[in-house]
Amino acid sequence: MYVLSAIIILTALGLLLGLSLGVAAKYLKVESDPLVEKIEDLMPGSQCGQCGYPGCRPAAEALVSGQAAVTLCPPGGSALAEQLAKLLGIEVDLSNARDQEPMVARVSEDTCTGCTRCFKVCPTDAIVGAPKQIHAVVADACIGCQKCVAVCPTECLQMHPIEVTLRNWRWPKPLAA
Amino acid sequence: MSAKTLGNKIISGPHVGAPLQTYQIMRQVVWALLPACGVGVFLFGWPALYLLGVTVASALLVEAACLKLRGLPVLPTLNDGSALVTGLLTAMTLPPWAPWWIGVTGSAIAIALGKQVYGGLGQNLFNPAMLARVALLISFPIEMTRWTNIEPLFTGPGLAESWRITFGGQEISDAMTGATTLGLVKTGFSLNQTLPNLLADHSNWLSFLGWERGSLGETSSLVLFITGIGLWRKNIIQWHAPGSLLGTVFILALIGHLLNPGRYLDPWTHLNSGALILIAFFIATDYVTSPNTPLGQMIFGAGCGVLIYIIRAWGGYPEGSGFAILLMNAVTPLIDHYIKPRIYGRYRNGKPLDISH
Amino acid sequence: MFAFFEHPRLRGGVHTEERKQHTSRIPINTAFPTPKKLYIPVQQHVGKPAEPLVKVGESVLKGQLLAYSQGAISAPVHAPTSGVIADVRDFPAPHPSALPVRTIILESDGLDAWEELHPPADPFALEPEEICLRVGAAGVVGLGGAVFPSAVKLNLGRKNQIRTLLINGGECEPYLTCDDRMMQERAAEIIDGVRLMLRGMLAERAIIGIEDNKPEAIRAMRAASLEYSFISVETVPARYPMGWDRQMLRYLTGQEIPADARATDIGVVVHNVSTAYAVYQAVTHAKPLISRVITVSGAAVGKPQNVEAPIGTLMSEILAFCDTDSRKTARIVMGGPMMGDALPHAETPVVKACNGILALTEAEIDPKPVQACIRCSACVTVCPAGLLPLEMANRIRVNQLDSAVDIGLKDCISCGSCSYACPSNIPLTHYFKFALGELVKRQQAEHKSEQTKRLMDERNQRLERIRLEAEAEAQRAQEARAARLAAQKAAAAAKQETTV
Repeated sequence: MYVLSAIIILTALGLLLGLSLGVAAKYLKVESDPLVEKIEDLMPGSQCGQCGYPGCRPAAEALVSGQAAVTLCPPGGSALAEQLAKLLGIEVDLSNARDQEPMVARVSEDTCTGCTRCFKVCPTDAIVGAPKQIHAVVADACIGCQKCVAVCPTECLQMHPIEVTLRNWRWPKPLAA
Repeated sequence: MSAKTLGNKIISGPHVGAPLQTYQIMRQVVWALLPACGVGVFLFGWPALYLLGVTVASALLVEAACLKLRGLPVLPTLNDGSALVTGLLTAMTLPPWAPWWIGVTGSAIAIALGKQVYGGLGQNLFNPAMLARVALLISFPIEMTRWTNIEPLFTGPGLAESWRITFGGQEISDAMTGATTLGLVKTGFSLNQTLPNLLADHSNWLSFLGWERGSLGETSSLVLFITGIGLWRKNIIQWHAPGSLLGTVFILALIGHLLNPGRYLDPWTHLNSGALILIAFFIATDYVTSPNTPLGQMIFGAGCGVLIYIIRAWGGYPEGSGFAILLMNAVTPLIDHYIKPRIYGRYRNGKPLDISH
Repeated sequence: MFAFFEHPRLRGGVHTEERKQHTSRIPINTAFPTPKKLYIPVQQHVGKPAEPLVKVGESVLKGQLLAYSQGAISAPVHAPTSGVIADVRDFPAPHPSALPVRTIILESDGLDAWEELHPPADPFALEPEEICLRVGAAGVVGLGGAVFPSAVKLNLGRKNQIRTLLINGGECEPYLTCDDRMMQERAAEIIDGVRLMLRGMLAERAIIGIEDNKPEAIRAMRAASLEYSFISVETVPARYPMGWDRQMLRYLTGQEIPADARATDIGVVVHNVSTAYAVYQAVTHAKPLISRVITVSGAAVGKPQNVEAPIGTLMSEILAFCDTDSRKTARIVMGGPMMGDALPHAETPVVKACNGILALTEAEIDPKPVQACIRCSACVTVCPAGLLPLEMANRIRVNQLDSAVDIGLKDCISCGSCSYACPSNIPLTHYFKFALGELVKRQQAEHKSEQTKRLMDERNQRLERIRLEAEAEAQRAQEARAARLAAQKAAAAAKQETTV
């Protein structure tokens, strides 16, 4: 008898709560997702497409819908991943995360024909020059999106790691114990 | 230019080393535990020595097996001495004439379940020895509460008979056993007796020296106290946890005893009975499972003290040390979360100090 | 007598093995021969690098300006001896990475001829501004290791109307005794330097804090400052890191500098004793900072001692001068063993920041394997800043830097006490240096990302503008064509009318 009443009460309770959750989901629905905007603000915003999505907003949408991992953005690195994980309230194991070394494009002066194709595609105007003249990359503005490398007809644009100087030298991570 | 290069590995300072290594700390603890073990062996004879040996040996074996299973180098980790300390502490909390399998099971629980499943040294949440003690007490209540009378070495059973007691499953006659002080009090109350009656032939001084029934290594308050103070003087342990633990028990016992001397034990008996001194100096100071900050350690100790007193005075078990430690172990991360040292130039809440001229 | 009550309780710190006895009783060796070649980096201070104004092949005299300071926070560098400028090029810096830095290479002519100096008749009659000016022109920077331009600090002190000048004679690092020897041998000059600094800042009093393991230095400084009631020499307990200015200030005055403020905000300026000596030289004798006293020690050094050497001398030459056995040398450290940096090699010049060169043997470093943390909280006990090193290192290990910052990473002073005390040899300080550098990197990346967004917006706007202009142009062209057509039509119609 006791068992029976317990089963009945718990079942009723479950049904009631489930129903109210369903009702709440229907009537209290949030229309637009402010998360997407917040995430987009965090992202580099260069629409480089290295994540596999056509731009930062589609990537943000994919993140919110759970289709993409917070570690999707190579230029953002683990710093971005940590912020995203915090914003989305998920745990992420970054202990093995290795940030890709930042690269910048450099023009090889021997082979540049001054075709101007590269600076037409550069999203940050980091390539300067004029038609028929050798182009140059402003390293500070280059974001390493590699779009110029793709269009260069003579392969004179190459990606190089940023040169380490005393100013940007940092302590390496200690070898894990 | 012939630059003599010293390797390209980038090494940060400091370029001089620590004065004390982990294995040295563990070794000091082992030395500090040995006198109390010696007292136990002296009081309870060869079976105690056999039990001690089998418990420690199985602790080392289980540790080695676990390391092997995890694919880690066995010898370097075994050499850090932590398994030895755990084995010793586990043995010290067992009834001295307990059969060998109690010791082996205890070691296995302590090392495998208490330490290695969490990821090894430094990762465990609960004190392994206390975990083993409590698990054994709940699983094998009869074996774990069979307290033998004092049979000093060479007066009790000989080597061969002792071997049968520990390894041969020989029954211990009831005449050979009795109750601990705390157990006596607990059962006495259920028979509606009062303290003065119960403690008629209890000597506080003998109890202080260790001349009473109890676990293998916990009876001699004197020896444990001296070795504990030694560890503190050597800067191996801090005084905060033991101090607040003993102080709390003392104060609570004093209040209780003053209110109703017939119902509540006096503070001196409380301090001298059960595992209190052992717990205070060797378990509550366990680095891994106690808080990081002095204030946190004091809270931890006080919490243990309160719980021990509550369990002893009103609980179902005569002795509550193991339970109290485990409960406070569980609270340790919380204490560490809330009790942090004040950062230089900041208030406790982390805000920078106000500029004052 | 009641020192226990007078001073606030010291927080944290470690009792390190001092190892000072090899050098603290030997006088400073001033007989170091001027090397053939000097390598003078243009950046030896915090702030902007100095700009060279000498040309290759030019002859210079000792003390002549080689590179002038640029911007508000910078310091000039001067010729440590007379000779010819051989080159201005990149040369390995005294830095753990030994990456190149712009360096003026001076070939000595062996004459060591001073340029004409213009010392003031009475240095104590100079205007405060003039004192600061002279200190700045002499290239004086903090010689305790921070190498912040001293003139900037003096000016800041005057503007903030500070009251107390704290002279740091702590020298808490093991091995190092250069400040100790300076105080023993040149106390009068240091006191003069302190008086000049006080005048330069218009401050009233000075406190000189010296660790109690230097009784000779305390005696000498007390004797030298006897006649000046506004200068007091105080003893502080020898416990690393007592030389951390904030620790010493708190101990001596009870004042604590708020986390987001500077010493000047609470009316104090802190300088090192060697800096006081450099100020004395700069103002009284008009001599720029071109040499410094360096402790050369370590078990691989045959004759450990303090050497006064010109800035720009290769460390290898100084080590050779002190009979260093390079086969026994396992590590070369610039500075003290706690906070100093290990250098990949000794073919790198002495700079203003270099207070010690240590050639340590394997036995001294005694590298031990890293083991698991046993949460012994020794690091918490010794941290002078009140941090939780073990907790921070755990978070940094899994790259959760933001959460490490939440528990105080940015208040870490990298003093090394935690690593020193750790029984499991965990490189805690290294973790914090890594994390602090990584945070700067992230900040720069964030800055760059903002810049990127701005650049892209500009580009998009420009493209939009070009498109609109092109459209407008097309529109205009079309309109013009339409107008022309209309005109033609009208003309044709008129023609027709006339013909009709």
